[in-house]
Amino acid sequence: MLRDITIGQHFPGNSVLHTMDPRLKLVLTIAYIIMLFVGSNFVGLAVAVVFLAALYLTAKIPLKVILKSLKPIIPIILFTSVLNVFLMTGKGQPLVHWGVINIYEEGVRYAVMIAVRIVCLIAGTSLLTYTTSPIVLTDAIERLLRPLAKLHLPVHELAMMMTIALRFIPTLIEETEKIMNAQKARGAQLDSGKLVQRVKALVPVLIPLFVSAFRRADELAVAMECRCYHGGEGRTRLKQMHMTARDVLLACVCAAVFALIGVSNHIHVF
Amino acid sequence: MTEQNMLEAQRVAFRYTEDGPNAVDGLSLAVRRGEFVAVLGANGCGKSTLAKHFNAILLPSEGCVLVEGVPTADEDRLLELRQKVGMVFQNPDNQIVATVVEEDVAFALENLGVEPGEMRRRVDEAMKLAGIYKYRDKAPHHLSGGQKQRVAIAGVIAMQPDCLILDEATAMLDPIGREKVMHTVHRLNRECGITVVAITHYMEEAARADRVIVMSHGRIAMEGTPKEVFSRVDEVRRLHLDVPQPAELCCALTQAGMPMPDDLIGVDECARALYRALTGKEAPQCRTS
Repeated sequence: MLRDITIGQHFPGNSVLHTMDPRLKLVLTIAYIIMLFVGSNFVGLAVAVVFLAALYLTAKIPLKVILKSLKPIIPIILFTSVLNVFLMTGKGQPLVHWGVINIYEEGVRYAVMIAVRIVCLIAGTSLLTYTTSPIVLTDAIERLLRPLAKLHLPVHELAMMMTIALRFIPTLIEETEKIMNAQKARGAQLDSGKLVQRVKALVPVLIPLFVSAFRRADELAVAMECRCYHGGEGRTRLKQMHMTARDVLLACVCAAVFALIGVSNHIHVF
Repeated sequence: MTEQNMLEAQRVAFRYTEDGPNAVDGLSLAVRRGEFVAVLGANGCGKSTLAKHFNAILLPSEGCVLVEGVPTADEDRLLELRQKVGMVFQNPDNQIVATVVEEDVAFALENLGVEPGEMRRRVDEAMKLAGIYKYRDKAPHHLSGGQKQRVAIAGVIAMQPDCLILDEATAMLDPIGREKVMHTVHRLNRECGITVVAITHYMEEAARADRVIVMSHGRIAMEGTPKEVFSRVDEVRRLHLDVPQPAELCCALTQAGMPMPDDLIGVDECARALYRALTGKEAPQCRTS
């Protein structure tokens, strides 16, 4: 169950997207998200969807993976869409009029758009994590935020925390499964019973997990000290980030697409 | 004299709390450069506490610890000291920081501010020495325990330390992983002249050291070459420790009325002695050795 999570997972590869400068990728992803919300009609969103599909093809990420990552957010999509369908009021005659319920054309339009936006949002950010190893991504965040360190913001510390958290996710998942199995072997019923019972049954799983996580933290701190860790001061990195000509070209392509989405606001199809 | 010793503890005492008992109790010890020392002792005898003194994770409450003649209390030279004395712990999961093998090996060098080109060279070298070069772009959680522990060792030897301290580094590994780790450590000791202090529960590991130290209640209870220590079977047992199986067998045979030499700790030499005792002839040359 816990192993099915694909959000934030990394699929190693050698595509253009995989080898692109992570700082650039991060900035472009943020720009893409903004453009998703700037684009206010179907032409713009269609461009965004096609563009994303093209990127996925370039990165050679299988369709199955994308669908799997979208599965957990289906309820959110349905919820927001349904709310939009029923609550939006528009000009002119409602499409459906039944008691207190009025469904306007505007509402349906909005619902579809919000659904497309959420899907693109998740798929777009997933593409970033699929093609960028978490540690490289953390590195990119650290480097992008470096100017803020001058304002005494603990940029390095935050990046280190992220790295360690990412490093320990698989370890802790493994440990959780181990503890759950140990509790099941002692007769704990973790997946049956009423909700309250199930939540209560989780307590004996969470407590050992927390205790062991703290013990791990303690040991890791000593091990880090043994390897001369003393904060971000004077630190160098093994991997240097370089912006290549190809990266610049790709950035230009993205900029062109984003511009297209922006312009599409002024095209009236519907 | 002091200059020749890699590590030196002078009447070291350490308490975890102000009025608590001494975990290490007035212990003096010198480890020569290039030596392989195994430290044995029952749980809670202070061996891990002692180990943590050698790279200034703990500072002695009394007495003094010297690394290449420099006291560990010298805060200005802390990083230099930790670079000289590398430490590997029991649980490999809790000492790997990065999510990719080679980045973890580079962690110490990044902390020391080594220039990237030089870092690349040293990281590759360390990974080759530890025999994990082919796993360099793997995630640590996809490796076996023994492989992970060798990643941890590579991360330490990338610092080019003069001394390696293993704090029960093989305790959580299966026999194959343990053998591979010990093989790596012995090679580092032999080929690179790295001094090794190995804290262990495995008598077979201790039997391969240059010198064995048995600790009890924060003090040194026995000291000598593995043969000297393990031939005193009763004394070792009284300290709640085992002796290597060959020594145990010889001791049992002697007690049962079949005199055997009391300084055999290797399987091979024990087998030869048995052959000699049973047939009266020298054993033929063993193929495997």
